[in-house]
Amino acid sequence: MSDSKMPLYRTPTLDPDVMETWSSYVARFENDADFIQQQVEQGVMVTTFDRLVGMLDQVYNWGRRSSIWPLGFGLACCAIEMISTAAGRYDIDRFGAGLFRASPRQADLMIVSGTVTKKMVPQIVRLWNQMPEPRYCMSMGACATGGGPFKEGYNVVSGIDKYVPVDVYVPGCPPTPQALLHGLIMLQRKIDGQSIKDVSWYRRGAVEEIPVPILGADLIDLRRLPQIRGGAAAPEPVAEAAEAAPVEA
Amino acid sequence: MIASDLKAMTPVMPADIAAKAAARMGDAVTMDEDGALVVEAAKLPALVRLLRDEHHLNYLSNLTCVDWPDRFETVYHLCSMQGGGQVTVKVAADKARPIVPSLTSIFPGADLQEREVWDMYGVRFAGHPNLRRILMWEGFAGHPMRKDWREAYYEQDQKPLKSRWPNGEFFFGEDTLSNWADNIKYPTGYAAEGLIDEGRADNNIAVIDAAALKLNPDIQGDHVIVNMGPQHPSTHGVFQMRLTLDGETVMDLQPVMGYMHRNHEKIGERNLWLGNMPFTDRLDYLAQLGNEWGYALTVEKMMEVAVPERAEYIRVIMAELTRVQSHMWGITFLLNDIGAFFTPMMYAIEERELILDLFEMTTGSRLMCNYMRFGGVAYDLPPEFMPMARTLVYDRLEKAVDEMDSYLTNNEIVRERMQGVGILPPEMAISYSTSGPVLRASGVPYDVRRAEPYGIYDRFDWDVVTRPEGDIFARYMVRLGEIRESLKILKQALAQIPEGPIMGGKKAWQIRVPAGQHYGRVENPRGELGFYLVSTGESNPYRYHVRSPCFVNLTALAEMSKGHKVADVVAILGSIDIVLGEVDR
Repeated sequence: MSDSKMPLYRTPTLDPDVMETWSSYVARFENDADFIQQQVEQGVMVTTFDRLVGMLDQVYNWGRRSSIWPLGFGLACCAIEMISTAAGRYDIDRFGAGLFRASPRQADLMIVSGTVTKKMVPQIVRLWNQMPEPRYCMSMGACATGGGPFKEGYNVVSGIDKYVPVDVYVPGCPPTPQALLHGLIMLQRKIDGQSIKDVSWYRRGAVEEIPVPILGADLIDLRRLPQIRGGAAAPEPVAEAAEAAPVEA
Repeated sequence: MIASDLKAMTPVMPADIAAKAAARMGDAVTMDEDGALVVEAAKLPALVRLLRDEHHLNYLSNLTCVDWPDRFETVYHLCSMQGGGQVTVKVAADKARPIVPSLTSIFPGADLQEREVWDMYGVRFAGHPNLRRILMWEGFAGHPMRKDWREAYYEQDQKPLKSRWPNGEFFFGEDTLSNWADNIKYPTGYAAEGLIDEGRADNNIAVIDAAALKLNPDIQGDHVIVNMGPQHPSTHGVFQMRLTLDGETVMDLQPVMGYMHRNHEKIGERNLWLGNMPFTDRLDYLAQLGNEWGYALTVEKMMEVAVPERAEYIRVIMAELTRVQSHMWGITFLLNDIGAFFTPMMYAIEERELILDLFEMTTGSRLMCNYMRFGGVAYDLPPEFMPMARTLVYDRLEKAVDEMDSYLTNNEIVRERMQGVGILPPEMAISYSTSGPVLRASGVPYDVRRAEPYGIYDRFDWDVVTRPEGDIFARYMVRLGEIRESLKILKQALAQIPEGPIMGGKKAWQIRVPAGQHYGRVENPRGELGFYLVSTGESNPYRYHVRSPCFVNLTALAEMSKGHKVADVVAILGSIDIVLGEVDR
C-alpha cells in the first residue's frame, strides 16, 4: 500500500492522554467479544484500525468460507466420491459448498478429483485461469497429488501442483467423503486465517495467469521453454543410474 | 418385453469352425497351438467375411495387437450372437513396416479399436477411413505400447523393481529418473520452435482447430464445428465430442478421447499378475467388482484353478450388487442430462450408499475393493453381511426400483425426450460391436452371462432383458429391468450360499501363470468387459489388454446422433452410460 498515492485511511488524531489510557482500557476486557459488546452497548465504537480490520475480516471470511462454490469438474474415480459427498448422506451443503457451478467464472474452488493426464492438463490450467480470485484449489486423492498408482504412466502428470497452486491436499485413493469434508474444513480454516489487508487479489498485478502448457512431442511447460530448447538434445539419463546401482543378491 | 433366452439356439463351437475355415482357405490359414487361426495379412478380409457369412460369427468382440520380438500380431476375437465361445484370428505384421488390412468395411465396430492399435503400436490399417491417434494426441513422439518404447520414469521391464532397493534400502526417486525431474521426455534433437508461437498463450486451441478442419475438408460455410467437452457437465467425465452443426442439428460427430488415458495397459505389463487386481478397480469405477471378476476369471482359466463353491456365490452376490448400484447411477445420471437435475440422483445414491456399506464391511473399501483373488476371494463375508444384504435385497431395493419406475417411466418429459431419439437398429448394433444394455435395447438378446456362462450363472433362473425400440427410452427400460433381474439372481444366491472355503488352489508367494493366452469376458453393467492376456510364463503378463465396453459402444455414437439436436446428443451419450476410466483406460 505504500506505493499508492492516497492512503486508504487516516489515522485518527486523538488526545495523547486518551491514547495512554487506551491500552489499559482494552486490557480490562477478557476477549474481543466482550470488548465489542461493551462498545456496542455504549452506542459508539472506539478502536484501532487493526482491530477494525480484524472485525471486518471475521465477517468477510465467514461469508466466504460459508459459501465456497466448487467447480463442477470431475476427472476420474474421485469424482464419484465427490458426487457422493454432494448427495444425501454426506451432504456437503451443510458446509455451504454444495452449489457446484458449471462455469469456472462463478466458482471459488476447483476440486481436482482424479488423475491429471498430459492431454487434460492444458484444459485444467485454462479452467484455473478462468476462475476469478479469490480462488482455491483442492487436490483430491493420490493421483492429483502426486500421480498415485498411475504415476509411472507416460500420459500422467505427477501432481497438479506442478501447474496449479494447491491449497489443500486430501489423501486417499479415492478419499472417502469424510476425508473430502475434512479437506473442506481445513480449507475453511485457511480462509479464516486470511486478512483483507494482505490477500493477494486486492493488489495490483498480483494475479498472474499460468501459461497453458502445449502438447508437442511431450507435454511442454512454457515456463521451461528455454530449458527445453537448450536441453532437448541432451542425452537421456533414464535407466543408466538405476541399472548401474549394485543389486544385493 | 422380456425376451426368453438363447438356450434354444445352438451355440457356436469355436474349434469346429476354426477347423472348417482353415480347410476352406487352404494354405493361407494355419492353426496355432492355442487354436487360433493365423492368416496372411492379405487374406484377412476374405477369412473374416467367410466366418461372418457362413459361420454366424457376426460380432467382432475384440481387436488388439501384441508386440512380439519378431513381429506385430494383430488379434481378432469373433463371436456369434447365437452364443458360444469365440474364434481367434491372428495376423502377423512386419516389424519395420507393419501394415494390416482394415476391417472397418466388414465390421464398423473395428473403427476405434483399430485407431487405438495404430496409436499404441503404430500398426497401419490399410483402408481405414480415419486412421489418426485416439488416446494420445497428434504429434506425440512414438507409439507407447511398443516393448522398446520407454517412458520417462522407466526403471525396469518387470516389477518388483530392483532399482528401488539399490543398496538394500528403499530409494524413492522417480523424479531423478528423467532429465527434467518430471514425467516428460523429448526425442533427441527435438526442436520446440515449430509448435510454439510465443505470441499466443492459447496456442493449444489453434492446434485443435487445425485438426478439426483437416477432419472435414469438404466443410461448407454454413456448418459450424463445436467442441463440446472435455470440461462439460454432461459428458460424464473428460470426454470430448466434436460436433459439426447445421444450426442446431448435428451433421457429424467425432468422439475425442484420451483425456483420462492413464496407461493402464502399459503399467499392467510391468506389474505382477496379482498387482493388476487393484488397477482393474479403477477401470470402470462404478463396477469395481465386475472388473475384478473379469480379470480373475481370465487368469484362473490360464492357471486352471478351481474356485470353491462359496467363493463363486460371493462373487455372484458382489457382481450383482455392483450391477444394481451401477445401473441406478446410470439411470439417474441420464436423467441429470435430460433436465431432472440431481433429484433422482439423490434417491439413487441413498440406495447406493447402502450397497457400498456392504462392500466396505466386506472388503474394507467403498469403491476400490481389491477383493478377488485368483481362485477365490480375499476375505469371507463378515457375520453382519447376510442380515443387511437380505434386508436390502428382499425389502428395500425392490421398493426403491418400483419407486423410481413410478416416478420416472411415465413422466411426460422423460418420454418426450427419450422416445424415438438415438435409434440404433439391431443389425447396426451388432456390426458396431456394441454390447450390454445398448445392444439389448436394440432387441438383441445377447448377454455373456447367458451366451457363454461363467461362474455359476447357469444355475440361476433369470431372464435377458431386451426391448425392440433401440432408442434412449429402451436403454433406460433395459437398465431398469436388469436391476430387477439382478435382484432375482441375488435372492437365489443369498438363499443358496453354502459354507466352506473361499480360496482354491495352492498357497503360493508368487503366482505362476503358464505360457499361453486367453480372452476372458464378463457381462459388466456397461457391456462385455474382456481381458486379453498373454503369458510367457514370467511373473508378469506379456500382454494385458482390456476390451472396454464403453470404448467400443462409443463407435456407434456418431450414427445414433446424426440428425438430432445438440440437446439430444447429450441424452444419447447419457444413455450409453460411459465411464471415462474405462473408455480411455
